[in-house]
Parts: sequence; structure tokens; C-alpha cells
Amino acid sequence: MATAEKVFSAPRQPILRSNAAQKLLAFAALIVIFAVFSFLSPFFATPENIVGILLATAVNGVLALGVTFVIVTAGIDLSVGTVMTLSAVMTGLTVSLAGWPVPLGILIGVLTGSVAGLINGLIISRMRVPPFIATLGMMMVARGLALVLSTLETGTIKPIYFNDVPVFRQLMMGSILSPLLAPVAPDFNLPNAVLILFVAALVAAFVLAKTVLGRYTVAIGSNEEATRLSGVGVAGWKTAVYALGGTFSGLAGVMIASRLNSAQPALGVGYELDAIAAVVIGGTSLSGGQGTILGTIIGAFIISTLTNGLRIMNVPQEWQFVVTGLIVILAVYLDILRRRRM
Amino acid sequence: MGDLLLKMAGIEKSFPGVHALSQAQFELRAGEVHALVGENGAGKSTLMKILSGIYSKDAGSVRYQGKEVEISSPRAAQHLGISMIHQELNLMNHLTLAQNVFVGREPRQPLRFMLDEAKINAQTQALFDSMHLRLDPRTLAAELTVAKQQMVEIAKALSFNSQVLIMDEPTAALTESEIDELFRIIRQLRSKGVGIVYISHRLEELKQISDRITVMRDGHYVDTVDAKAVTIDQIIGMMVGRAIYESSPEVPEQPEQAVVLAVRGLNRGTAIRDVSFVLKKGEILGFAGLMGAGRTEVARAIFGADPIDSGEIFVKGIRTAIQSPRDAVRHGIGYLSEDRKRYGLAVGLSVEANIALASFEQFVGSLGVVDDSKVRSIASRYVDLLSIKTPGIQQLVRNLSGGNQQKVVIGKWLTADTEILIFDEPTRGIDVGAKSEIYRLLNELAHAGKSILMISSELPEILRMSHRIVVMCEGRITGELSAAEATQEKIMRLATQRSGMVAATENSFAAKAEVR
Ligand SMILES: Nc1ncnc2c1ncn2[C@@H]1O[C@H](COP(=O)(O)OP(=O)(O)OP(=O)(O)O)[C@@H](O)[C@H]1O
Ligand SMILES: [Mg+2]
Repeated sequence: MATAEKVFSAPRQPILRSNAAQKLLAFAALIVIFAVFSFLSPFFATPENIVGILLATAVNGVLALGVTFVIVTAGIDLSVGTVMTLSAVMTGLTVSLAGWPVPLGILIGVLTGSVAGLINGLIISRMRVPPFIATLGMMMVARGLALVLSTLETGTIKPIYFNDVPVFRQLMMGSILSPLLAPVAPDFNLPNAVLILFVAALVAAFVLAKTVLGRYTVAIGSNEEATRLSGVGVAGWKTAVYALGGTFSGLAGVMIASRLNSAQPALGVGYELDAIAAVVIGGTSLSGGQGTILGTIIGAFIISTLTNGLRIMNVPQEWQFVVTGLIVILAVYLDILRRRRM
Repeated sequence: MGDLLLKMAGIEKSFPGVHALSQAQFELRAGEVHALVGENGAGKSTLMKILSGIYSKDAGSVRYQGKEVEISSPRAAQHLGISMIHQELNLMNHLTLAQNVFVGREPRQPLRFMLDEAKINAQTQALFDSMHLRLDPRTLAAELTVAKQQMVEIAKALSFNSQVLIMDEPTAALTESEIDELFRIIRQLRSKGVGIVYISHRLEELKQISDRITVMRDGHYVDTVDAKAVTIDQIIGMMVGRAIYESSPEVPEQPEQAVVLAVRGLNRGTAIRDVSFVLKKGEILGFAGLMGAGRTEVARAIFGADPIDSGEIFVKGIRTAIQSPRDAVRHGIGYLSEDRKRYGLAVGLSVEANIALASFEQFVGSLGVVDDSKVRSIASRYVDLLSIKTPGIQQLVRNLSGGNQQKVVIGKWLTADTEILIFDEPTRGIDVGAKSEIYRLLNELAHAGKSILMISSELPEILRMSHRIVVMCEGRITGELSAAEATQEKIMRLATQRSGMVAATENSFAAKAEVR
């Protein structure tokens, strides 16, 4: 009998199913894009421009990290862009206007994002409003609140500057790594923003792969009903996922405020789409259950490299949108082709 | 048999438009296998879902280990030591087998929030070993066949060390050898004092495995009997509440000779290897073989659902390139899939929409508007004909019982009225009454000149229905038998005729087949 069992059990061999293949594909695409622009323009592969690309990736990358978790549960978060802005404004109010210590202001900014995410999660898992609607609502609410809060100072909508606290700008633009890098690459002034992105990505990757929260994120996205029947408190974990997504938005808010040296209350709409695009290019499936942090980071780099390259080539902004849009579709199509061939 | 473990009494449950359970009752002793039987929609799954915390009861009481309990969630049921293997597969495709088994109660190391992958892999391996299941715990669930997934679900339920284990049609997708293995495990659990609830439509199994049998009909409790003391006919009588007409296996008559479908040299990877056969007009061609022999793969390839590497398909003598299910339907081929949830049904749509789904052209009027009244009348006809138990044709398919969902798929392809019909395990999960209805329908269709390719793992069904039988093993056709010469032993021998197989295995199979 045992012999028979063995013959029956010969597992179907998985061909190219591994996530490694997807990441390889995305990474190859990034290299190709990079090579093409280097070839087309002498200004592209310069240290300053590469730093520019890294810097441009930082904010979108951090947003995309949070969105990855949400999309892996088969959900969506449209509010990340405006929640980011709201967080920036909160940091602006506390640090610049109220004169609170910078670390406290940063904490408040990040927590603003967490709270917004928590509310998203509660609306979705307890009130059972579909994620698209719930986060669309939060997107507008956060946008409105950011504008309202920005009028507190002068009565009109206007940016809050951090000119009185120069140290705040150093958070993103300073470079604690340059003393280390100086002997090898003196021109390469790696800003802290990039460091923050990579640390955040490492944390996210750890959470997704190694912790209970990450496991349930995948399980819920793969088969929510089955997860529930396994005795997992799905509502609670889903709430936690949206709260985590919001926390990353909060961090992105602090980062963008630091980078622009101001909290711009009108900014933020459209950022969610860039973040979603990065996640999707990175191979995360909108139907849930599947996705990696490394993929998302590569996706974010693909978008900012493209934008940067096209700008250097003097392609008008209108056309940059067209190209980025086509790339998103192409990336997902390639992924589908790869899966179908199994 | 041990002490009384569980007693459910006066259970009531209603869904909108359906009184699913009324005054239902059930009891279970420690160390007994208690079978629960009844027609499709009788309320078996609903009663057990109440016990495992998925549905809440409207009224009634549950006493467990001498105490009155309220079971409010699956988690609460697990804590009480009650676990359930569901009728529909419930694995998470993107997780590994080990992750699936331990989801919801992962051992965490070294900090509270971190997972210990090595530990769950080791524990799952031990569990699989104890079940003689040769699977790697690190495989993704998506890579397994339906039968293997079912075995993993069983492993998962076992890992809870439950006092009460509910199995809702666990054998529907299993091969003979897997069923033997399952029965061995069930007996082992029984001797340890676990109470097992066993739901099945395969009544022959009940005599083998169960100690007592409880029969339900239309949400009511009928009776509980000693399994040794009743005959299968008596059980059927209690289930349907009337004498059932089991048509005697009719001698299939010789079909006409015209070939409607010819398949030549079909290949795809290792799943389909050089498959050639013909299907004649008015013929029922049985496809026999063990689970995973490649029969479904062949069907899906003919239907255009999967690409092929090479091979030719001729419909009525004309070579046809079928690239998609749409092409197949246009050439008059219909396919009733074995996995109804995944491929056969839009569970979020109504019964009538599903029945009309494959043949909307029929219902479109001159202005391109769907003729609702026509859809309604056809849908109602099949609901009656197949005795689909539903409060109305507007009911969402999701809310039907498992067996009734299967009937809806059959209705869909009958409506499409295609010349060639491929039925993949048409009676899986279907009760005895409806089964003979379906057999009668298949015969009528063949009489009317339709050609039917019927895949089935139940040998009696194959023997009873087919004019001719093709047997597959490991992607190859290993033989063809006429209705007159076919026997269970011959089919089993062909079904296990693998290339380079150890002789001993074949003998053990042949021996097993003879015993049956
Ligand atoms: N969630 C639901 N919503 C509405 N009706 C339901 C729901 N679940 C079950 N029903 C109905 O309750 C009745 C009993 O269904 P149940 O699934 O318990 O039957 P069953 O005995 O398990 O049948 P089968 O043998 O076909 O699996 C059926 O008429 C079914 O349509
Ligand atoms: Mg059922």
C-alpha cells in the first residue's frame, strides 16, 4: 500500500512559479530601463542624478510598503496620499507652530497615519464597508482636514514652513552615511531619506515573512473564509493591516515635510496611485495572497527611474504620464503571461 | 462505545426563505463513528456548522460533556475540542501545507509575534508520516490535486487532537487507497475515544465505517439506527420517505457508428501523453482511472480550457482548432467540471442566471434584450427535473447545499443543449435519488443522439452507464473495454498499469479490486 501511495503522491512540479522569478523579471526591467537612459543621455548616470532618483523613490516607496500589506489581503487603500499630507500638517503644527520638540512632532505625524489607518480598518472589518469605498472616504476626509488645519495659523490655506527648525530638514536631506562613504565615493552624498526607506523596507519584509501579522495578511488574501474557519480573528487582523498601512503613510508624511521643508496641505492626491502602481509592478496580485516587499521596492524604483529619465530627456510631463501608465499595464501583462505558461 | 459526549436537541435554523432545520437532534458518544445521512439540502451541513460555531442556532440546546454550551465562533468550537472538515475545500492556496495546517495557532518563537517555521514544518511532517501521506510540508497548497488537498484538510483537523471530529463528505474526492487510509485513521481515532460525525452520500461506506446512523429529511430528524442492523435499502427508504425506484442496470444498446469526436495524439507535458480515442453518436463513453490519471486534463484540453502541446481534434470529421471554451461551445461541446466551485458556477449569481449562463444566445430577443420570461421558464423546468432544492430560481447559488450546486451545473449544460457533453464526476456529492435521476437523464440524452463522455472514479457508475470504457493511467490510455467485457477487476488492472511499475503494487491492487 505504501508503495502505491508514493506513486500517487508524486507532486506536480512547479515551473517558474516561485516569487524569485517575478522579482528577477522586475529587477531585469529596472536594469534595462537604467541602461537605456544611460545610453540616451550623458546626464542620467551621474552621481547627483542617481541621488535624485533615490530621493524621489523614498516617499513613494514608503507609501507603497504600507499599500503592499493592504493589497496582499486583497484590499485597497486609496487614502495613503492624503493621509500622508495630513500627517505632514500635524507635524508642521506641532513642531513649527507650537514649538514642540522635533522627535515628539515626528511621533505625532506617524501616529496620525496610524490612527487614520486604524479607522479605515475598523470601518472595513467591523462596519463591512468595502475597502475601496471606505478608503475613498478617508482620502477625502484627510484631505479636508489637512486643509482645515493649515488655516489655523493665518486663517487662509497655506503651507507651514519649518524654517525655525533647520534640524528637521536634516532628517531627510542630511547624510549620516557620508563620512563612511567619503573614502570610496566622495561625490556620492547619500541622503538619510534613502536610509529610512531601506530600514522601513527591511522592517516591512520581516513583518510580512516572519511574523504572525504577515502570515495572516497572506492567509486572508488567499482565502478569507477559510482563514475565518481556521479560528483566526479576521476582523482584528485586517484592522491591524490597515493601521500598519496608515503608519507607513504617517512616516511618509514626516519624510515629505522634511524634504520640502514644509507641510503642503494641497499636496497628496495622486500619490496613492503611484504607490499602487509600484506595488503592482512589483508583482503583488490585486486579488490577494501574493506579494513581496522586495518586489514593491523594485517597482517604486522603476517608476521613479522612468519619471526621472523621461524628464532628463525633456519629455513633457504629459507624456511622462502616458509612458508610466503603459509600463504599469505592460508589467502586469508580463506577469500574467508568465503565470499562464505554467 | 463510550459515554455520551454530545447531545443536540430541538435545533431550529432558518435562512431567508428556507427553514433549514426544524426540531433537529443528534447525539454522539465517545469512541463512536456516527454517520449523518439525508438527501441534498436535508440540513446535514447546516446542523454541523451550528456545532462548529459557523452558524448560530435560532433555538434549541447543545449539551457537550454534560454541560450546556453556546458555541459562538469557530475558535470557540476549537477550544471545546470540536473541529470540522468542510464539504468545500478550505485551504489557502498561497500558503504552504504546514502553514495551512497551523494557521490560527502558530507556535511562536522566540518573541511572541514571530513565527517558527522550522517547528511547524517538523510537526506537519510528523503528522503526514503518521497518516502515511507522502507530502512535503513546504509545498504550496495550490500545487496539490483536489484529492491531496482533501487529505491535508483531514491532517489539519487531526492536528487539533479534538474530542469531536466532523467530516462533511470527506471521501467525495478521494481515491480508493486514500479512502482505505482515511478509514484506518478513523478507526484509530475511534479507539482513542474520539467521537466522529461522518457525513456521506456513499451509502456503501457507512456499513464499513459507522457504528450508528442518523437520518435527516427536510431539516427534520427521522431516526437513529444501529449500522449493523439496517440494510442500505432501509436507509434509502428513511432518507427519501418513499420507496425509490432504482432502475436496474440496463444493458446499453449498440450506438450508431458515426464518429462525432475524434482525438488523435493529444499531448501536454506529463499530464497528457499521446491520448487518442473516438466518441460516437449516441454513445456514453466512460473514462475510468484513478484520481490524477489525467482524465480531467484531457477533458479540459478538448474543451479548450488548457493549451495543448500537440494533437488533433476532429469534430464530426472536420479538424478543429479549439483555443478556448467559447470555441468548444460553438462546436457543440459542453463541459461539466469536477470542481464546481472553481470552474463550474458563478456562486454569487442566482440559480436562473447560472442555468442560462452557457446559452445566453438562446434567450436574446430581436433587440438584443434578454428574454427574462424564457430564462425563467427554462430554469424552473430544470429545477423541477433535477429536483434542485431551492426556495426559488432567484436564490443565490452560494446559498444552496453542496449537492444542489452540482445539480445547477448539470442544468446549465443541459440548457446549452450541446451535441457532445463531457461530464466530469457528475454525481459527486449527489444523493441517491438525484443520482438515479441523473443516470436516467444521461440515458435519455444518449437516446436522443447526444454523445457523452463521462469521467467517473466510481466503478459501479462507469460499469452501469457506459457503452464503452476507456481507462487511463498517468496521462496515458492503458486500454479500452466494451460494456460486455468490462469488469471492476479489469478496469482496476488497467488503471494501475503504470510504466515501469513495481509488480508488487499491481498485484496488491488487483487483489484489492477482487475483494470488492
Ligand atoms: N447560507 C445560507 N443561506 C441560505 N440558505 C442556506 C444557507 N446554507 C444552507 N442553506 C439552505 O439550507 C438547506 C440545508 O442545506 P445543507 O447545506 O445543510 O444541506 P446538506 O444536507 O448538507 O446537503 P448536501 O448533501 O447537498 O451537502 C438547503 O435548502 C440550503 O439551500
Ligand atoms: Mg452539505
